[in-house]
Amino acid sequence: MSHRILIVDDEPNIVISLEYLMKKEGFQVAVATDGEVALQLASTFLPDLILLDVMMPKKSGFEVCQALRANQALVGVKIIMLTAKGRESEVAKGLALGADVYITKPFSTKDLVLQIKSMLA
Amino acid sequence: MKARLRFILAACVLGLLMTGPFALTGLLLLADAKEAERAAFAEFLVPRLPVGALITLFGLIAGLLLLRGLFQQYVHGLLRMAETLRLMLGANRNFRVAPEGPPEVRELARAANDLAQQRDELLNDVEEQISRAKATVEEEKNRLAALMSELALGVVVCNLDGRILLYNNRARLQFKALAQGPTSMSGGALIGLGRSIFSILERGQITHALENIQQRLRRGSAEPTANFITSTRAGQLLRAQMAPVLGSAERAERVGIPPAPPAEQGGDDISGQAAPAHEVPTATMPGAELEVTGYVLTIENITRNFERETERDQALQSLTDGNRAALGNIRAAVETLIDSPEMEADYRERFTRVIADEAAAMSQRLATTMSRFADSLKTRWPLEDVLAIDIVAAAARRVGDRLNLPIKNEDQDTSLWIRVDSFALIQAITFLASRLQDDYAIRELRLRVCAEGKMVFVDLIWSGTPVSSETLYTWELEPMNVGAETSPLTLRDVVDRHGGEIWYQRDKAAHNAFFRIVLPAAVTPHGQVLDQAQHLHSDSRPEYYDFDLFAARDAEGSGIDPDRRLTDLVYSVFDTETTGLQPSNGDEIIQMGAVRIVNNRLLRQEIFDQLVDPVIPLKPEGMLIHGITEAMVNGQPRLDVVLPAFHEFCAETILVAHNAAFDMRFLQLKEDSLGVRFTQPVLDTLLLSAVIHPNQESHRLESIAERLGINVIGRHTALGDAYVTGEVFLKMIPLLADMGIVTLRQALDATQKTYFARVKY
Repeated sequence: MSHRILIVDDEPNIVISLEYLMKKEGFQVAVATDGEVALQLASTFLPDLILLDVMMPKKSGFEVCQALRANQALVGVKIIMLTAKGRESEVAKGLALGADVYITKPFSTKDLVLQIKSMLA
Repeated sequence: MKARLRFILAACVLGLLMTGPFALTGLLLLADAKEAERAAFAEFLVPRLPVGALITLFGLIAGLLLLRGLFQQYVHGLLRMAETLRLMLGANRNFRVAPEGPPEVRELARAANDLAQQRDELLNDVEEQISRAKATVEEEKNRLAALMSELALGVVVCNLDGRILLYNNRARLQFKALAQGPTSMSGGALIGLGRSIFSILERGQITHALENIQQRLRRGSAEPTANFITSTRAGQLLRAQMAPVLGSAERAERVGIPPAPPAEQGGDDISGQAAPAHEVPTATMPGAELEVTGYVLTIENITRNFERETERDQALQSLTDGNRAALGNIRAAVETLIDSPEMEADYRERFTRVIADEAAAMSQRLATTMSRFADSLKTRWPLEDVLAIDIVAAAARRVGDRLNLPIKNEDQDTSLWIRVDSFALIQAITFLASRLQDDYAIRELRLRVCAEGKMVFVDLIWSGTPVSSETLYTWELEPMNVGAETSPLTLRDVVDRHGGEIWYQRDKAAHNAFFRIVLPAAVTPHGQVLDQAQHLHSDSRPEYYDFDLFAARDAEGSGIDPDRRLTDLVYSVFDTETTGLQPSNGDEIIQMGAVRIVNNRLLRQEIFDQLVDPVIPLKPEGMLIHGITEAMVNGQPRLDVVLPAFHEFCAETILVAHNAAFDMRFLQLKEDSLGVRFTQPVLDTLLLSAVIHPNQESHRLESIAERLGINVIGRHTALGDAYVTGEVFLKMIPLLADMGIVTLRQALDATQKTYFARVKY
């Protein structure tokens, strides 16, 4: 039973690392590079966990998060917000809109993997 | 009129006296005589009757002439003397009656002059004592004036109506620089004593700042000041700090005991000054001991600073958030590389390229940021510490007033302080409420204040219709317009300015939805409160608030109320020089001069003085009078520029001119073509003089000035004549008051009557 992870980020330079890491841990991985694709993939790929960036073209991570939480079909999905927006009020907003965890960049890859594993356990 | 009537009566009596006894004797004789005697008498008399009548007529004419001479000398002469005596009593103390006419009248004149002499000596003595006492006060005022003019900050003092009571040179320069177009010509006409500050700064912000100050005072705050940033019509950013001017200590002591009778305040002083401040309901603070009677604004133009600040914010942003992502990318790549020794070579190369690219981009970003950052100055939006519930209460009031939407409070934590631009925040709350009302027809809004860590949440809660979350994203980027009130800011701007956030949330359990605004909490300034309160309650008021200016109160803000006293009004006294005397035949204005009268004072620094290019050639006979030559008017602005500027200079004031009808005709002929209209009341010193001294022969400006003891210098320049007219007018106000003419309406009525009286002659 390998878990499915959806990576949502418009920067290839972080996607490469996240994708490699997740695959190495044995997860099935899909990548979306903007908010709209992310919402489509979420309902077709049916991920167990989403790594979600905030600053993206078309739809921001906050909007995606809120839309995901409004979708009854995706009730159990875990959301980790992974973003360069680090102010306290932004963290509060992410969590209020339904993110389970809010991680600001730069982050430790080890911690991220541990966090994901514990959330999926 | 009365003397005239008496003269006619006396003439009739004279006529009766000369013909009456003769006719009576004749009648008696006739009644007594027999038939034959009567016929003989008639036969004798009738042919001689014309001679008798002629002699009687001559006698009557001689008598009338004598009577007229006596009347002129004793009645008119005495009336004229009475007028001059009244002059000596009031306007011109140094005036003396010229002894003329019959010896008795001359003797009376001499006696009156002696009496005046004696009075003058007494008065001089008293005046000397007063002036010695005044000199000390004057010196202090001068010291203050010097201090004010040296200040690097613009200072403006206003009363509660927003009338400017005092300003310094710096403020004048700042506003002058802001003025655009023709106004700058008149030396920054926008700022001036008695003018409204609302023509420069936004009324809403001033009112809001004043409310904040009053709230602070009620709480006994140490620093009852407020800051705000405002943009002017010319698009400049001004930062203003407002400090209250508090009522006098003596008055404060009286609060709480029954109010003193008003007679103590103003007495019979016709200027009606010293309206007691406790009549101003908005400024009264129940239970407190000091009242706000006005405010001091210190003003700084921060347009440049703000531009730099914005740049600096961008720089910081690119340094933090920009590098945060890059660093994240590098760190993830490096850690992955280290943890994956088994990685294939081409993958490894892609990872190293990521690191190299991101590191290079970071260096580049750092370099650009540093170079831009170097010359930025430190300026901030002035966020102030406010009790969160105060903001919410103010917002609730505003929403209630503007939108007629019921507001309820829910779980309000009364101890929370936030750091905000309160005006913008209240605007934001009002904006959201109005959008909810318009688009979702909500019938009630609840406001909640709560906190979490260093964040304070202000929630706008409503039941029923949920909003789609996209809606808020759209609203965030719209300008916050509510009804007719517009704002250049968006909700996003306001939120960003506070380093806050806003989002939409639903509370399914409670069946409601809310917008949550997150704001940074402020440190509760408990420690200072007591300390500050003491500082306030001691008599720490600086001496320079002792100017009489705060007494000036508008009855109803701006506008000219004809029932206000002449002493309380603001005037623009003006004069024009023209190419000739016939505006309808093409004569044009070549110079305009004006000076303001405020609070019964001629303000020689608030003037309008401008030559005008008439476009037509000057006439040589005119040049002899005004001394203005072709060379002087060449290159000067034309009337289409000057008249609108003059119109702005005179706004909300009464126009005063000598023989105003003449000048007004020139102005009115241009009204249509230049699109300005002079609708304010006009007072004419020529007609006023005829009201005051109906028996004087000359009402020329020189003659009036001489009668009223005014030195005439610089006549026949527009500004020079305006000065003289202004001084004449000031001297006339108490003389009019002696005649019972106190209000503007009375003065206008009286001049209209004399005007018609003169036209009839």
